[in-house]
Amino acid sequence: MAAAKPGAMQNANALKRQQSREQWSLLSLALPALLVIVLVILIPVGWLFYLSFLGGEGQFSLEHYQKMLKYKSYARTFITTFQVSILTTGICILIGYPLAYFLAQLPNRIAGFFMLTVLLPFWTSLLVRTYAWLVLLQRKGILNDFAIQIGLWDSPIKLVHNMTGTLIGMAHIMLPFLVLPLYNAMKKIDRDLMQAASNLGATPSRAFWQIYFPLSMPGMVAGSLIVFVLCLGFYVTPAVLGGGRVIMVATQITAILENQFDWGAASALGVVLLIATVLVLVVASRVFKLDAALFGKGS
Amino acid sequence: MSSDNALPIHIGGLTKKYGDLYALDSVDLDIKSGEFLTLLGPSGSGKTTLLMAIAGFNRPDSGSIRFDNQEMILTPPHRREVGMVFQSYALFPHMSVAENIAFPLKLRKVSAAETNQRVEEALHTVQLDGLGSRNIDQLSGGQRQRVALARAFVFRPRILLMDEPLSALDKKLRERMQIELKQLHRQLGVTTVYVTHDQREALTMSDRIAVINHGRLAQVDTPTSIYNRPANAFVADFIGESTMLPLEHRPDHQLTFGDQFVATVPDDNPDSQWLLVIRPERLLVADDSQGNTAAAITFGGIVKEAVFQGDSAFVLIAIDNADDIAVRFSTGSASAMANLQAGDAIAVGLLKDDIIIIPREAG
Repeated sequence: MAAAKPGAMQNANALKRQQSREQWSLLSLALPALLVIVLVILIPVGWLFYLSFLGGEGQFSLEHYQKMLKYKSYARTFITTFQVSILTTGICILIGYPLAYFLAQLPNRIAGFFMLTVLLPFWTSLLVRTYAWLVLLQRKGILNDFAIQIGLWDSPIKLVHNMTGTLIGMAHIMLPFLVLPLYNAMKKIDRDLMQAASNLGATPSRAFWQIYFPLSMPGMVAGSLIVFVLCLGFYVTPAVLGGGRVIMVATQITAILENQFDWGAASALGVVLLIATVLVLVVASRVFKLDAALFGKGS
Repeated sequence: MSSDNALPIHIGGLTKKYGDLYALDSVDLDIKSGEFLTLLGPSGSGKTTLLMAIAGFNRPDSGSIRFDNQEMILTPPHRREVGMVFQSYALFPHMSVAENIAFPLKLRKVSAAETNQRVEEALHTVQLDGLGSRNIDQLSGGQRQRVALARAFVFRPRILLMDEPLSALDKKLRERMQIELKQLHRQLGVTTVYVTHDQREALTMSDRIAVINHGRLAQVDTPTSIYNRPANAFVADFIGESTMLPLEHRPDHQLTFGDQFVATVPDDNPDSQWLLVIRPERLLVADDSQGNTAAAITFGGIVKEAVFQGDSAFVLIAIDNADDIAVRFSTGSASAMANLQAGDAIAVGLLKDDIIIIPREAG
């Protein structure tokens, strides 16, 4: 060791101790949340895994998973689940992108007001909103009455207890989850960029597609993924508005528990859904560089 | 400065109101082909509004903007064919350096081979050879500035607009870029309109300076004339340092300070009031031993404050019956002022050619 100047290591240990004390106190702040995660997520999910591999006599068995491959109804359930999720996400993008774009162009105060109207449904119970759609979409509901009155169609159309109703309800509930991250991403796009594109000779539509749209993609990917993943496990809306015709995984889990009280089979379905969801996220993160989309650039 | 790669700009009666406030109040300005003209003014003076109007990014209430003889006021920005460097640089973050520079060429359907060649040339011009594949966030501020510049001239616009392009750079880099921008302007020969609030930058770079305040042009002239012959108190005060002393307007149309003659003015308005503008560095020491016969006016007083500032010394002199006068001396070892201290008696004088008088505006 080179000869240190006298006093070169002065207070070094005390400073180090101070640093580690600060790090521990920071960690202790996160402790309650970590505990909750262990208690309400890790343990129940572990229990779910355990149950799904338990046979009728309490032995290790793959029978629940084998059943899933054997009966076509399971496959249909998964297909329906993905169908509803993809369509809902698609509808949300079609409605949400122009809406977010519109909001992002407004001055902040006015945008805040419109954002309230987008968020308002958030503060109403999910169940209430779903039943409200049930009333609106009935054969003799407001929507059918109105459409017939203005001559859009002649006799009542079946808008509920089917896929249509499910999608309408789901899209309505999921829209804010898409609009919020998208709006956020759009607000971050420097207005000068569009002016620069225009100055360099880009027509408004070229400027949009070559500059604005690619830069809004992180928000769109984040929003779409949130919507898609939430849809995969959604229960209330498809159960009520689907009227038993739109059977998604969550609906089927309930049915198995209510009718057969078969915890093993229900758990196995839950496990498969969880794995499917994780797979979607993993693939998406590979394709879209999800870290940037969800947590902002540079993290 | 050949006319085939530059266009003159004629601005006539250009007016833009924001609420009750005139951002541009009937501005008339002719910018010559190939000229480097700077719009100089404090923030909120309307200089950026004027630049944005030339680029087509805001819609004036009335007036005319012609490039050569073609009326452009209704032309959308993407058809104006002017290059622009934004204050924020406005580089596209999802494109590489080369893609940014190639963007205007792709829009103009330039062939891939020529695009590559012109991008390389542009990179070379701004001294960024070999950095084409970099991402924007890998560049320093000065490099981004150069990319923005390259992107603005690569499609050979005949007018180049710059909105405070150097304001984000540190002082040393800014001063180097000023010289480089001026060289680039000479090389391209393109008509350039440059916006800044930095008077030194304006003096350094411009062929002419248009000083703008409250949406009106206060003076349009060469840097030398703007500095040596300011037309009004705003210009005198905004550009350079100055002390302004009120003068006495005598019935014989002579302006005097105390009992010293300063200048003669036209006799059309005997009530008009005038100010003497004194540039601190133009004051000479009236050395007692030599009598200082050259000075047209002399001011005797007491040193109130003497501050050493490196390349110069700043001295505040209290004189009778008027505001303090600011003086700037060289700090060379030969300077008589090296050991000046507060309380010392001093006399300073102004040569005849350094006398500047301006009308005093109401209020």
